[in-house]
Parts: sequence; structure tokens; C-alpha cells
Amino acid sequence: MKKTKSAQKKQLLSGNEAIARGAYEAGVRVASGYPGTPSTEILENFSLYKESYSEWAPNEKVALEVALGASFAGVRALATMKHVGLNVAADPLFTSAYTGVRGGLVIITADDPEMHSSQNEQDNRNYAFAAKVPMLEPADAAEAKEFMKTAYDMSEKFDTPVLLRTTTRVSHVKGLVPIGRVKTSKGKPGIEKMPQKFVMLPANARKRRVVIEQRMQDLTEFAETFSENRIERGDNKIGFITSGISYLYVKEAFPEASVLKLGMVYPFPEKMIRHFARSVKKLYIVEELDPFIELHVKAMGIECTGKQRVPAYGELDSLKVRQAITGKKGKKLYEAESIPLRPPNLCPGCPHRGIFHSISKLGLFVAGDIGCYTLAALKPLSALDTCVCMGASIGTAFGMEKALGKDSLGKIVAVIGDSTFMHSGITGLLDIVYNGGFSTVIILDNRTTGMTGHQPNPATGMTLSGETGTTVDIEALCRAIGVKHVYDVNPHDIKATEKVLRRETAREEPSVIITKSPCVLLPEMKKRKNKPLYGVITENCTGCRMCLKIGCPAIEWVPLNEKEALSLGLKPKQKGHSRINPVLCDGCSQCAPLCKFNAINLVKDRDG
Amino acid sequence: MDKKVKNIIICGVGGQGILLASEITSTALIEAGYDVKQSEVHGMAQRGGSVIAHLRYGEKVYSPLIEPGTADIEVAFEMLESVRYLPYLHKGSSVIVNTHKIYPPSVATGNEKYPSDILSRLTAKKLNLLPLDAFAIAEKLGETRVVNMVLVGALSSFLPVPEKTFLKVIERRLPAKILKVNLDAFLKGKAAAEKRKEEQEQR
Repeated sequence: MKKTKSAQKKQLLSGNEAIARGAYEAGVRVASGYPGTPSTEILENFSLYKESYSEWAPNEKVALEVALGASFAGVRALATMKHVGLNVAADPLFTSAYTGVRGGLVIITADDPEMHSSQNEQDNRNYAFAAKVPMLEPADAAEAKEFMKTAYDMSEKFDTPVLLRTTTRVSHVKGLVPIGRVKTSKGKPGIEKMPQKFVMLPANARKRRVVIEQRMQDLTEFAETFSENRIERGDNKIGFITSGISYLYVKEAFPEASVLKLGMVYPFPEKMIRHFARSVKKLYIVEELDPFIELHVKAMGIECTGKQRVPAYGELDSLKVRQAITGKKGKKLYEAESIPLRPPNLCPGCPHRGIFHSISKLGLFVAGDIGCYTLAALKPLSALDTCVCMGASIGTAFGMEKALGKDSLGKIVAVIGDSTFMHSGITGLLDIVYNGGFSTVIILDNRTTGMTGHQPNPATGMTLSGETGTTVDIEALCRAIGVKHVYDVNPHDIKATEKVLRRETAREEPSVIITKSPCVLLPEMKKRKNKPLYGVITENCTGCRMCLKIGCPAIEWVPLNEKEALSLGLKPKQKGHSRINPVLCDGCSQCAPLCKFNAINLVKDRDG
Repeated sequence: MDKKVKNIIICGVGGQGILLASEITSTALIEAGYDVKQSEVHGMAQRGGSVIAHLRYGEKVYSPLIEPGTADIEVAFEMLESVRYLPYLHKGSSVIVNTHKIYPPSVATGNEKYPSDILSRLTAKKLNLLPLDAFAIAEKLGETRVVNMVLVGALSSFLPVPEKTFLKVIERRLPAKILKVNLDAFLKGKAAAEKRKEEQEQR
């Protein structure tokens, strides 16, 4: 390969960075979304283009509505979310297919096969079929950027929202992307009243329903000549129909085979599929998760092999594809060795640890939610008993209470983060108050959206573009809903926290406990000066292991034999002592009151 | 230029600077004229958990994921992690291991032991082993946060990229305030790897 100096600049970009760049080159003016792995970096990167408006919405439904509104106003608009976010936004999605658009509208759904950072691995291609909206699926970052521009052209040409689906290995894979120029949008921003198009009363909606049918037919025709639906002619003994990341695995595993690559996964280019199927001796469909393409191809009466061989869950890779198709095991690999696991953990100094320690001590059933604090389910805290979806903690806790009646008093709590409460917790709390419950809801206010990498939310008073916004007062909000008992606690103060928790869970009225302490990974927390350092006075340590129960990564167990114990002035039978790793200790002080023997003490105030 | 696609696994513990290390390596390979795909996972994988990044380079790279049994090089930022991803390696794979230990929760709390035989387990697998105390090198430079750059330096001695290309990429990527110590770390890492390689050849 020669090093060519092409006129076009290329950059190493992740799929998400490329999508942001594509939106910029397509002239997007308004972008909204809610953070969620693997979609988060799209808006973070798009917000760097200061000529456009971008925001974090409280949830995905609002994000899509904001984008749809911008489209109604005639500008190009973008909504971004992870796969489960599209469930939240499904309501506007289905009807936006009826209204169509004025300015181009693209909705990103970032799916997470293998559940690297998700509670399920649903296949959102099914939404394209169900909502009657076309869907593009890029295979890598370079395609992701180009497909964004195509998506906006399609959206305006066919008067439809367009879904663009990525998966984790498209969103978070970096590759070379040619950088293009910005296209100025042809749309004319302004207010235009179009009730027959925008007011989905039954009489109008019935007419628009017919429009959708015609649109899907037009799109099916378009799919036949769309350049990103392409046949790569190779050996005609076997042929593959594939799309997205699976295409790359097929090319890696079977470089010589014929491939029909679908850049648009819905609607299908039926003529092209028939033509391709006839041209190969054996037809395989390779796709991650559901048999979406396969079912359609089979419904066309074409014989093919798909999920019969290719796994229907989890991620694929080229080895899995090769093994599935050839049925051969391949060469023997080194076996995985048995070594200690290394699961993710709450950070040293994490304010969540304090409240979960108290919850664990009281033996409460915890209806949990989505965020860093879901990690409290792991040992040794083991203080989270359900995790379903964003906001579910409050409704499920209330449902359990209604099912069990007064017997459940003092036994159940709902735990939800500040960002998750803003997302979809407020309505759950309304239900408790409205329908006369006595649930206790704990809102973990750490001033950020932690797990996805510290995005601001309405309760933090910052916006995506870094401006100071209006801070939602969570306490006042809860009171306005009708909760009479709302209490702030400092979760690092374990004793005070426990006291409030005991009192409020026993109360026969709804109550909210807000734990107020910022995430230790926030820049202002990392930079703070005079961070205290705690240490263990070894001769006071009896080896009771109480301090290990909070699961702080900074507290370590040092095993001792008889001789070592004696040399440290400890009882010969003592099996070990605790130690605080000074590199990891964040100085939160939660561990100190847990030690009944005064072995944990402030060592020094140090410069941070 | 070698047309065949080469595979590098970079693994360690969330928070060790693995993403930056793999980004700098990828950029340097691109500067040297290669096609590159680099895969990583965000979100739940951080927070002190085990982290793996895949890096593939060659004339044309399709899949971003390395097939088990095909990694040519593994860079383990932490000793225990070098063993976790063994199924990706093959006989003769080069393995750069930072011998510094970070205890996983079960070890820190005394419920499990940190295996004492990691290096001998790897040697028994007929891997081309290159142990390196990157933490100690970084500590000597007075900045323990440059462990990742020490390891990029060590990795660079296995790659068809000129030293000056790496230095240029690091200069472009890092803020001036921390640049010098990172460049020093890179060079120390490279020198240490080359010294080890020489010693091994003499044996």
C-alpha cells in the first residue's frame, strides 16, 4: 500500500463522533437526546458545533418531541438515544410517521447486543417495521457519517422521519473517516399551519395512514436503486444477506463469498433480494439478535438459512460467523483460566455507599433503578433487589406495597438517582401520593448522570453546552406533588442517614429522603484541596472485618499468620487486619464510625 | 508494508488510561499509513472493572473485533488481567505485562488470593513474555499517572511505526503541562522493552 496524499482529510473517529460530524455536515440545527450507553457521545460531540442548538432532554420522549417540533418549524433535527430509550420515545415515534416532517428528522437508536451496559438487548429494527419508518444501518464510522447525510435527504424527499440504528461495535469503534463539507439546508424555517398533516385527529390520521402506505411503496422502490444496498459479487457457491456490523464479520470470515449488503434494513429491496438469491447456490442470512431480515426473506418464499445456525442473542464476531456457517470448530484455543473476577464497583468515596450500607443493615427490600447505584446489587452491599427500566423503582415499590398492604410497612424502599428521577420518576411519585400510599422513596442526588460519564440534567443546573440553567429544586418538587415528608441527608454521615431511614420507612405516609452529595468523579470533586486521608491503626484492629462490609475498594484485608500477628502486637489467633490504601482513599469518612475499636482514624488533611 | 492484518489486545483495569493508550497507538499507525479499527466499551465497563480494547491494523481492516486465538500482541496494564484474555492469544503471541498488581474486590477483602504464579502460567503457554514494572518506571518519573504511556512506549517497540511519529502524535494529543513527563514515560517504556528483548535474544 502506498501512502497517498488525498485531498480529502481523514480522521480517526468513533461511530458516535462520526454521526455527530454527519449531522453537522447535513446542516442539523436542533439536536436533543438523553444520555445512554452506547449513544451518549453523539450529542456530546455535536454540542461542540456552536452554530447549532443541542440539549439533554429530561427523557427520550421529550427529546424526540423537541426534534419533531424543530422539524415542524422547517429545520433539520436530530434525536439520539439508546435502544431502551426508543421504548420511552415510542409514542411520538409512531405518530411522527403519520405527520411526516418539514425539515429532515433523524432518530438514532444505539442498540447494545451482549448488554455491555444495558438491562436488555432488544433489536430495534423491529421498530422500523412496527412504526412504518425507514431505517438505515451503517457498518462502521465512515458509513455512519455518510448515512447521516443520506438519512436527511431521504427524510425530506419522502416526508418521513428516518431511523438510523447503530450497535455498540459501530458506536464505539474508531476508524478512518473522510471529513466532508457542510451542506446548507434547503429548508425554509418558519411557522406554517398544516393541520391536515400535523393534527392527528382520527379524520386526518386516517388520510395520513394512506399516505404512509404509499410512502412505504415508494421507499421500497427507492431501496432497489439505493447505492448502499449493494451486491458484492464473489464466489456464487454461497451468498450472504447481511447488514451493519454483521457485514464486517461476514467479509472477515468469508472474503471470497457473494454478499448482498443492506445499508437500508427497512423497507427491503425485494427485487434485489430475489435476484441475489437466484444467483447463489446456498443463501445465508447473517444478522445479530432477531431474524429480522430472515423472516422477511422467508416470507418472500425464498429458501435461506439464518438463526438455525447463527446465534439469536449476544454479539457476533467473525469466528462465530465462520463456525456457524461451516459447522467446524476451528483450532483449539487457550482455555480461560480460573482467576478472581473483576466486576465494576462503586468508586472509593462514592456517596451511594453510605445509604446502601444503612439499607443493607436494616434488611430492606430495595426496588432499584438504572445508574451507577445498580452496582449496589453486588456483594458485599447486596442492597438492591430489582432493576427493570428507567424510573421503575418507584412504581414497583408502590405496587409491592399495594399487593402486601400494611405488612409491607417499613420493609420496602425505592431507590432512584437524580437524573433517573427527572427522566421518569416524578410520575411514579405522583401515583403514590394520588393513590394514598406510604412508600419511602430515596433520591440519590449526586449532582450528575454518573454511569454514562457525567452529563448534566435539570437537577444540576447546567446544560449540555456548559451554560448555567435553572436548577430544579427536588425537595420543592416533591412537596408540590404532595409529599409532606421530604428530608435531606448527607449519605457520608452513616449514623444520621440510618436514623432518618428508620424513621421514614416506618411512617404511614409517603416520604422522600434525598441523599445530597456530589459524585466524586466530578471535576470539582477531583480537584478539591485538603482531602482528608483515613488510615487503620493496626494495633487497634481486631480483624472483625466490619469495615469490609461497605465494599470500599480502598479498604484491603491483610492476612496474617501467628508469627506476623505477634510481631504487630496483635493476638496470635488474629487472622489478619484491615488496611486503607492511601492511593485509593478519597477521604469520605464513611468507614470510620463502622469500627467499634477506633482503629480507623483521620491520618491527615492533605492537599488534593 | 505488511498487508496482513495484525491484532493487538490492550487490557487492564478501568481508570488506567487504556482508552488514551489505544487512541495514541491507533493514531500513530494511521500516520504510518495503515488502516485501523479500534474497539472499546464504555459505561458499565469502567468503574474499576476489567477493560479490554481491540486494535487491528493492516492494509484493509474489516472486523473491529479480534477473533479468539488470533491476537499477535497483548498489552496487559495489570498482571492478573494478562491471564483473563488468554483465549485471544496463540502460541508465540507477544505479551507485555505490567507486573504491578491492582487487587480485585474479592482479593482486597480477603475472600480470594491474588494468584502468585501469573508469569509462570504465561511462560508455560509458550508466549513471548515481556514483564515490565511500568508503575515503578512511572513512579521514578514522579507521576504515577503515566503508566499508560510507559506501556505505549513498550508496545511501540513491536510496531512498524517510527519513534518520531509516536512522539509527534503524543505531542499533538496531550496538553503542554503534562507533555514532557508523558514523552519521557514513552521513551523509558520503549527502552525498557528493547533492553528486555535484547536480553531474551542473548539467552
